[in-house]
Order: sequence, then C-alpha cells, then structure tokens
Amino acid sequence: MLDVSVSYNRYKFIGYEFLTWLWFVVEKDQVRIRKLHEELLSLDIGNRIVLENRQRDAVETVTIKGDDAGLEEGLLALRKGAVVSEINLAYKSGEQEWSFTLKAESFHMTSLKCPSAGSVETEEDVEGAVLEKIYLCGKATQLTDSLFESFMKLRLSGEWSKKVVPLVREWIHA
Amino acid sequence: MSLLSSTVSLSRYRVDGGIDAPIIETLAGRLKRHTISEIDDVSEKVVGWTSFDAPFKPNFEGSSFVIGDYFVFSLRIDKKNLPPKLIKKYCAIEEAKRLKESGRQYLSGNEKEMIEDHVINVLSLRIPAAPNIYDVIWSYEESVLWFFSTLKAANEELEALFLKTFKIPVIRLFPYTIADLALGLSDGERDILHNLSATSFLE
Repeated sequence: MLDVSVSYNRYKFIGYEFLTWLWFVVEKDQVRIRKLHEELLSLDIGNRIVLENRQRDAVETVTIKGDDAGLEEGLLALRKGAVVSEINLAYKSGEQEWSFTLKAESFHMTSLKCPSAGSVETEEDVEGAVLEKIYLCGKATQLTDSLFESFMKLRLSGEWSKKVVPLVREWIHA
Repeated sequence: MSLLSSTVSLSRYRVDGGIDAPIIETLAGRLKRHTISEIDDVSEKVVGWTSFDAPFKPNFEGSSFVIGDYFVFSLRIDKKNLPPKLIKKYCAIEEAKRLKESGRQYLSGNEKEMIEDHVINVLSLRIPAAPNIYDVIWSYEESVLWFFSTLKAANEELEALFLKTFKIPVIRLFPYTIADLALGLSDGERDILHNLSATSFLE
C-alpha cells in the first residue's frame, strides 16, 4: 500500500466524487439506496452541503446550510465544475433517525446524532449505554460503508464512464 | 464522556496488527505504562491514556476497560493554554520596567525575545493545564478503532501514542484506504484503483 499521506492527497478526489454521486443517487436513484440497506426508510440531504471548485488556481467554496435551504446554488456550483466536499445526511430506519455530516477527503463523521438511547443514572447503566451507542454509531458507519462500497464497485468498472457519468452530467445540467 | 454525548464526531482507523497473549493483561500493562501523569510546572503539555469512566482517576486494573467485545478507554491531553493577550500584557509591563531601570528609550529585539520567554515561563507556572478527553473504542477482533474526535492535533497525538504504547500502527480510514483495505478488491480492481484519475462532471 502507498504511504498514507501520499495516498490521502493523491486520491482525495475519490471522496469528492463519492459525495457528488451520493447527492445524485439521493435525488435520482433511491431504489439503489434501498437495495443496499434493507432497514432504510429514507435517506435525504440534511441541513448542510459544502462544495469546492478547484478548477482554477484558487479554491472556491460554496456552503449551503439551513433546514429548508434550497440546493439550487449547489447545482449551479456543480455546473461550474465544483464537487461536494461535505454533506449532511438524514437517515431514517423504522422509528429511528440519524443525522451526520460526512467529509469527503477524510471520511470524518461530524455532528453525528443517533437516536436517543436510555438515560444513564447509575454507574451500572454506563456499560449498557456504551454498547448501545456503539451499536447506533455502527448503524451510521455501516450505511456510509455500504454506500461507499456500491460507489467504488461502479467507479472501478466500465459502467462508471459509460453509464453513470453521463447520468450525473444530465442531472447537473438539467 | 464524549462518546455518550448527544452529538459526536468520529474518525476511524484500521489497527494494523495484534498484541501478545494474554491480550487483556498485556493491554492493561501497556495502558498503565502510558497512563497520563499530572503535569509539572515546566511542561506545556502532557498526553496519556485514561479511564473512560474516570478520566481524572485513571485505573486500568483487571478488565475495567473491557465493555462487551470492545476495549474502551480515553486519550487525555492536558495543555496549558496561555492567551496571547495575556502574554502581550505582561511583556508590555516587563518591557516598561526594564526601560525605566536602564534609562534607555528602546529595547533590542533580542531583549524583547528574552522578556517574552521569561513571561511565558512565569505564566506557565501559574496557569493550570486544561484537560481534553477523547474517547477510544477498539474492536480488537475486527481490528477497527474509533476515535471520538476529528481534530487534526488530537488525531496525530492518538496515532503517535498508540504506536508508542502498543507497538502497532493505526491506519486512518479515508476513501482510498477503505477501498484498498476493506472492500476485498480483486487484483484487477486494485490495479484500476491505483491508476484512477479524477472525473470531470462538466459537459
């Protein structure tokens, strides 16, 4: 394997393409998402999306935030060559809801909010609460991992340039 | 207990190796050896492991850090944070005092630098270190580690202390490393991955 810091910089575009594709499938291909995650009720773009345009020497950043924010400015940025660098996702499974922001380059999850767990009132409750939190955080990481795996299978196949990229372009420029 | 907060931040790692059996005893011994110590007067920062449930009274006796199938402990970084404005204020006071004593109108750059070093040293003795605690979940069987912080400095401290403590490196899981290490790619797919270049979505 390549040196970690070299590969981080050399292949950072993979994360940007993944999040850009993810926005596309959330908007246009919910069937694919449901197939990946049987328990999933819905996956939506949450209250924040950040796009970066590195087409020119300077980096342009467009941030859209707010619960009811329109994403038109984001699509406009995509049309100018930007890619998604951070995306907030709202994920529902059964009665439970998760929300988190995923960063393209590092895959860091920030603002991860899991369904509420039982309260901790005594020392004995801590162990159960930790295991529950690990389980709930694991649900969010499993979702992103299965989405990423699906993306990579496409990205490493001929289907990416023949089918997926034209569809993403069509969505961006519609 | 950042792990039990309503909102958390998470960085993920692959643990690249194992430790000698008996695992729990070995782990306890190494955690104890690198437990956080109380900061002394001269140090600006100390870094070490602490207990998840008692971060100010670390205890790695027995299997206190084992919860279910996971090793759960915390990284603690105690750091003295001197506000720049405070340093500036005491430097100004000290410089004025020196000028008055010497009868001169100006101090050289070298003298000002020495005054700043002196002020930092004196303030460091008086200001207590602020503790920062970041939880760690290690799934030994899955060779996966979760670190409950995405701060660059905290992640770097974790990587360095983990290697020093357990003699095994942790590999950050970001898109390329996840693809290379966790997706079970075929040799052909791995070759394609290594030769990938960015896609343009522009028409």
